[in-house]
Amino acid sequence: MIEQRFVREVMESKRRIMFLSFVVGGVFFLLLLRLWHLQILNTEDYRAMSENNRLRFVPVAASRGAILDRTGNVLVSNRPSFSLAVVPQEVTDKDALLDRLSSLLGLDRAEMSERWSKVKGRAKYYPIVLASNISRDQVEIVEENRLRLPGVEIEMKPVREYANGTLASHLLGYIGEVSEDELTRPEFEEYNPGDYIGKNGIERGLEKELHGNDGGRQLEVDARGRVLRTISETYPTVGNSVVLTIDAAVQKQAERAFGDQAGAAVAMDVNSGEVLAFVSNPGFDPALFSGKLPAAKWKDYLEDKRHPLENKALTGQYPPGSTFKIVTALAGLEDNKINDSSTVNCTGSYDLGTSTFKCWNKHGHGTTNLKKSLRESCDVYFYQLGERLGVDLIAATARKFLLGAPMGIGLNNEKSGLIPTSEWKQKRFGKRWFRGETLPVAIGQGYVLMTPIQLASMIATVANEGTIYRPHLVKRIVDTDGKPLREVKPEIMGRTGISPEKFRLVKQGLLAVVNEPGGTGAMARLYDVRVAGKTGTSQVVKMRDSKAGTPYQYRDHALFVAFAPYEKPEIAVAVVVEHGEHGGSAAAPIAARIMRAWFDGKKPAAKSPRARSEDDDEGDAPATSGGARNEETEHD
Amino acid sequence: MIDRRLLTNIDWTLAGIVATICILGILNIYSATMPYKISGTPYYLKQFNWMLFGMCISLAVCSIDYHLLEDLSYWFYGFLVLLLVAVLVVGRRSMGATRWLHLGFFNIQPSELMKLVIIVTFARYFNNFHVVGGLSLRDTLFPLGILTLPALLIMKQPDLGTAVLVILIAVSMTVYVGLRWSTIFTFVAVTIPLVWLGWTTFLRPYQKNRILDFLDPERSRLGSGYHIIQSKIAVGSGGIFGKGFVKGTQSQLRFLPEQHTDFAFSVFSEEWGFVGCLVLIVLYMSLVLWGLNIARRCNDRFGALLAVGVTAMLFWHIVINMGMVIGIFPVVGVPLPFFSYGGTSMITSMVGIGMLQSISMRRFMF
Repeated sequence: MIEQRFVREVMESKRRIMFLSFVVGGVFFLLLLRLWHLQILNTEDYRAMSENNRLRFVPVAASRGAILDRTGNVLVSNRPSFSLAVVPQEVTDKDALLDRLSSLLGLDRAEMSERWSKVKGRAKYYPIVLASNISRDQVEIVEENRLRLPGVEIEMKPVREYANGTLASHLLGYIGEVSEDELTRPEFEEYNPGDYIGKNGIERGLEKELHGNDGGRQLEVDARGRVLRTISETYPTVGNSVVLTIDAAVQKQAERAFGDQAGAAVAMDVNSGEVLAFVSNPGFDPALFSGKLPAAKWKDYLEDKRHPLENKALTGQYPPGSTFKIVTALAGLEDNKINDSSTVNCTGSYDLGTSTFKCWNKHGHGTTNLKKSLRESCDVYFYQLGERLGVDLIAATARKFLLGAPMGIGLNNEKSGLIPTSEWKQKRFGKRWFRGETLPVAIGQGYVLMTPIQLASMIATVANEGTIYRPHLVKRIVDTDGKPLREVKPEIMGRTGISPEKFRLVKQGLLAVVNEPGGTGAMARLYDVRVAGKTGTSQVVKMRDSKAGTPYQYRDHALFVAFAPYEKPEIAVAVVVEHGEHGGSAAAPIAARIMRAWFDGKKPAAKSPRARSEDDDEGDAPATSGGARNEETEHD
Repeated sequence: MIDRRLLTNIDWTLAGIVATICILGILNIYSATMPYKISGTPYYLKQFNWMLFGMCISLAVCSIDYHLLEDLSYWFYGFLVLLLVAVLVVGRRSMGATRWLHLGFFNIQPSELMKLVIIVTFARYFNNFHVVGGLSLRDTLFPLGILTLPALLIMKQPDLGTAVLVILIAVSMTVYVGLRWSTIFTFVAVTIPLVWLGWTTFLRPYQKNRILDFLDPERSRLGSGYHIIQSKIAVGSGGIFGKGFVKGTQSQLRFLPEQHTDFAFSVFSEEWGFVGCLVLIVLYMSLVLWGLNIARRCNDRFGALLAVGVTAMLFWHIVINMGMVIGIFPVVGVPLPFFSYGGTSMITSMVGIGMLQSISMRRFMF
């Protein structure tokens, strides 16, 4: 029985294999039938279609969003640029076409030929750009000779236009073609070779907002290149515009104040962290970077010892010099090592073990209290205080200001500065901290490094008595019609936890620096607003008694940090003049001019903001300019 | 490990057909990738290496007695289902779908392996399930269960093409075992509402679009309908004798999408015409019929079931891919075995061939 069942089962299986084989044969026969239909019965139609298969893709570049300053002045926008392109598929005689193009338009034949042969591995209906940025006249000529130039096309694409030339060049940054290396990164996943992206500055930091999406049209054209129909079209979406916190008028004055000097300045709103001016001098011309940079210009930039391509406000790290005495003083107050009446007798130098540390004033300051020590920037006072505190207590106070780490301003490559501790030295050099090393730290020398952003943040925090706002450059994002999309709210990064009374003691000293006889910062004085500040001079190399003959690169850096008005602070400024030698004479006037520009801009509009930014071309107006003005400043 | 006596029994017909298709495939990939200016090893050489590697794997598989698979089948099944779950949890996303599992040194695509494992699992189940006069509805419930679980997991990735293939393989094997008419009718009655449900809830928009594009290619000439039209133009313009090797304008001008992988047959049709297609189709038909012949000659039920399963796998790949290229099936990412560029497909297919060899070689041993 079971035997019989098994035999039946096997027989059935074999029958079904036969059945399946017939099915298989049938299906393959159907495939062949279909191929017969396509390849034999209808081949003429398909052959014609394949010969006339002239699809074309015309890319339509999205225009990049604009960049504006806080008052709505356009800093960066777009203008149309035309380029000459060719669709390889439609060209029968490449050499003849190149000859014709170069004679008609006066373009370099070799360069066009090179560009043509460089493009490989793309569909032959994809246009190749032979010359970018051709003139309107050249466009006209191409249009007139269209019939003699088969396959030639004019592409329009927007290019960047910088309304104020080199103004804020480091901050704005420039755009350039996306590199192969960048294309492999996830953030540029959706980009194609040849796309333009922000390379640095705001252009890079806000690439995602500014870029927009490219569109394109897939066209069907006949053998002569005439468009038969549009198969599909995707519209480009324009990038969003970015409104900066920068005030173009303040920025302009700040840059002018630097003149030929190299350096950086950051001005900040004390009560929000909005950056009002962000200067790195000298600047460069960002427009040059979106095209082909002339080799000579490039060489100039590279060889200039003032390093114009470096964003000094972001990546420059400087010993803060005497501006750091603010931190040391607060550390002393916090740890009750000093109070407003305790004094030190400055004889012009301070002995520690076998070494002698000199005060900048070799005659000595005599009996010195906290206020005088700040006003006259007495080094001995801070040597002694530093010695009593030790490096780690100074560092602890510096940390309360969040120094020693990037502030997160929103640009790539922000530096962190350096606040040394004994632990840091052990780790870094494998050596213990020596007492003698604390003394330079107390006056902002030695290992201490700060960026201009950190200097501005520190003085702003002193001005508002303890709140650290994140410095930021973007006020809001708007769409092309100017409709706000997103507002950037001030962000509190932390609070120092130091009591307002202690801040006030230091602030009285800072007021004296600018406004009392003997103060080192008198050149920052404004006629109508009370300014408080601190000078700093930081050694580049040890050459204390050198005279005016010191070579440029060895001269001291000049620093000045300030805020105003003293009573109700609004603006904080940090200025670094590289190799400017004296904070009081080189940096303080620049700070004054920045604050002057800010307070002038706030005055009731006798002049519109735009007019103001354009008519100040006199250049070196003294910081106290403005003549007899009324008190109206106080009202707004 | 390799038994010398067995080697003399190698099925040279099978090996010959496969090798011929592979060589044609490599020549075709050479032509299809001409317009790609790439640096590094050219695709046709890589494919050649994949072929050699695949043949080694095939040889290794055929030297193993396939009865071993019977004992391991449920373990394979359980392990694969776990892997499919793992893919959904930790797999790498690429092109909108999660299919790959990264194991550090190499990557595997569990859904691809599932095609082989479903064959082994079904063979094991039906081997011990004797039936005369066809399966009743109740008999199909258990196989339906073991099919549904992985099929749903694969669809979730989402990889509709592979899911459909796994289902088709399982259905083919079930048809071989035999179904009662009443069972068939019931399935048809149940499937229609299920398809409707799937359409409204499971399919992703791009999958729906592909099916709609297939039903009406003019719907969007640039979307997936564009692929079908360009492919049909390529095939049709080939005519009787084709445009000649490396002379296909459609492929050389790169109108075709994925012309070295899923649309490789399109390039071949354009350049070799109806005559070339006839040769290739006869080769594939011989392969499938020979696979069924191996099943017919096999004296044990497990071997016959395995042979039918592997043959079904090859058959459905061939039919779906060719049908897609000539515009009678929607565009699903199914490669043409031994012909499309790609290591994964080559290895899966070669493992299948190894199993067929193993069955063919051992037919004299019982």
